[in-house]
Amino acid sequence: MNSYQADEKGYYGDFGGAYIPEMLYPNVEELRSQYLNIMSEPSFQEEFNQLLKDYVGRPTPLYHAKRLSEKYNTKVYLKREDLCHTGAHKVNNTIGQILMAKRLGKHRIIAETGAGQHGVATATVCALMGIECIVYMGAIDIKRQAPNVARMKMLGAEVRPAMSGSRTLKDATNEAIRDWINNPVDTHYIIGSAIGPHPYPDMVSRFQSVISEEIKTQLLEKEGKALPDYVVACIGGGSNAAGTYYHFLDEPSVGIIAVEAAGKGVHSGESAATSQLGKEGIIHGCKTLLMQTPDGQITEPYSISAGLDYPGVGPLHAHLYRSGRGEFYSVTDDAAMTAGLELSQLEGIIPAIESSHALAVFHEKQFKPDDIVVLNLSGRGDKDLNTYIEYFKL
Amino acid sequence: MNRIQQRLAQDQKLLSIYFTAGYPALNDTVKIIQDLEKNGVDMIEIGLPFSDPLADGPTIQESSTAALKNGMTSKVLFEQLKDIRQSVSIPLILMGYFNPMMQYGIEAFCAKCQEIGIDGLIIPDLPVAEYHEQYQETFEKYGLINVFLITPQTSDERIQFIDSVSKGFIYMVSSASVTGATSGFGTAQEAYFERIAQMNLDAPQIVGFGIKDEETFQQATKTTKGAIIGSAFIKHLTDHGVDTIDQFVSTIR
Repeated sequence: MNSYQADEKGYYGDFGGAYIPEMLYPNVEELRSQYLNIMSEPSFQEEFNQLLKDYVGRPTPLYHAKRLSEKYNTKVYLKREDLCHTGAHKVNNTIGQILMAKRLGKHRIIAETGAGQHGVATATVCALMGIECIVYMGAIDIKRQAPNVARMKMLGAEVRPAMSGSRTLKDATNEAIRDWINNPVDTHYIIGSAIGPHPYPDMVSRFQSVISEEIKTQLLEKEGKALPDYVVACIGGGSNAAGTYYHFLDEPSVGIIAVEAAGKGVHSGESAATSQLGKEGIIHGCKTLLMQTPDGQITEPYSISAGLDYPGVGPLHAHLYRSGRGEFYSVTDDAAMTAGLELSQLEGIIPAIESSHALAVFHEKQFKPDDIVVLNLSGRGDKDLNTYIEYFKL
Repeated sequence: MNRIQQRLAQDQKLLSIYFTAGYPALNDTVKIIQDLEKNGVDMIEIGLPFSDPLADGPTIQESSTAALKNGMTSKVLFEQLKDIRQSVSIPLILMGYFNPMMQYGIEAFCAKCQEIGIDGLIIPDLPVAEYHEQYQETFEKYGLINVFLITPQTSDERIQFIDSVSKGFIYMVSSASVTGATSGFGTAQEAYFERIAQMNLDAPQIVGFGIKDEETFQQATKTTKGAIIGSAFIKHLTDHGVDTIDQFVSTIR
């Protein structure tokens, strides 16, 4: 059936494809023609799984959050991606892509980063493999995320400031793409989210799909059935969500819930709620929903969470929204921060602010007492401590 | 015959100039076009600015950002150009990224181009296969020639396919780079120019990226039909304003 997977041209319904300049065609085509073969090689699978187990620390626990469940009168499981090495799910993808890059014979890695999480995850695997790493980061973000810049440097990566446009994540992505145009032969571009030209959304989703694969096995152990009633994840570009949904996409009994960042309110002018504010268009090589002016210029989103602060959404998620398969909520900075504090005090887990958005779903939707709700806790809150301190005057 | 095809049929090597509409000032567009024609330029690429021009280097990016700040939009540009054919007769090509065109509406955009007298489009992020399958019919209905790019990395097989769907010229990107990034041509470029010349393509080739003066223009046009200058012209406008376009063109040929 597989109706929610990418077709051979990388389309999810109306969305996806590869809208790239000819200068990028050879790079993207090389990857497209080989990624599925490489991923299915037994030696690749073995190395990938070994690293996920011994280096990342997988499988991550599926934790029955009893006090949270009690408060919202339903049964909540947290998928603990916050316990991955480097503090978030991002590393699942960078491990996969660094192995891919090695098999493609590349010896130089570039990446974009917003808050720095994907940059750190990329710098980490480059250090692990001894490969040169250049991370593009908006000049403004470099100032805002100093600890992650220091981490990347300590791991041996070069952090290059993106000085163009609004000097944030989308501009860092543009700069990484320009670097790839200038270095077409020896370089692999590790995109950090389920965005970009085909095959990236599909490849990143496959690397992250280990999340839902483990959920099925773990839930079977705990509940005697592999399928929950709902899976919940926050969405910026959508890589943790893609991984959380992947093995449930074509299981109609499993409700798919996506939580976007509404910033200061969907219609406040400071928001990142792409499903509500976006229109069909092209960003970073794929057709999807994106925030833009009536003239088609891409606009700058806002969220208190740097990881959700992206003006587009992966094409899979645009398709889940338009087809009605996914149930989308937009939650404000305030609602997310409240939910983050609540989890800290109910369960002793301080979540990343991205994940706090997913947790705010309990303020939006009343689940049934016998529902099994699996929520992906995509990252830990250490990196966000300053934001929590300022917000709550701790 | 479309104005681009007429011009390509002439004997001489063609000099084509790119500029970003709305830069340096919002209403410079018509004056720049008129002065370029007056000074013997054969063809003009009018750049429709985009917020995220991922194939462009810093010069064109910065001019695009400035043009958008000045208030340039598709609608404003069409309004500025509405009487352009009363004063200008050389081929005019709109060059821009696909998203602003999508938002205007592809068919409406093409219709407007025809109404104004635009002869062709260059859309770097609209791949040839997508164009061929989804948009070719619409473009041709409005008499527009779509121009495709090739690069030193483009395979012979793909170049043959691009040649087969090209009704005007092929835009030959001189090196693996974004715009404005190269400094002169070396042996790698010469080998590339030679390889393309050997292919005996149906569509004439015009070279772009890295042309900035008489020397690079001569090198680029030795085996091709012409060359396009973009970043170097925009730098000239930045440094010397819009009143010395004659001086810039006279340094090329």
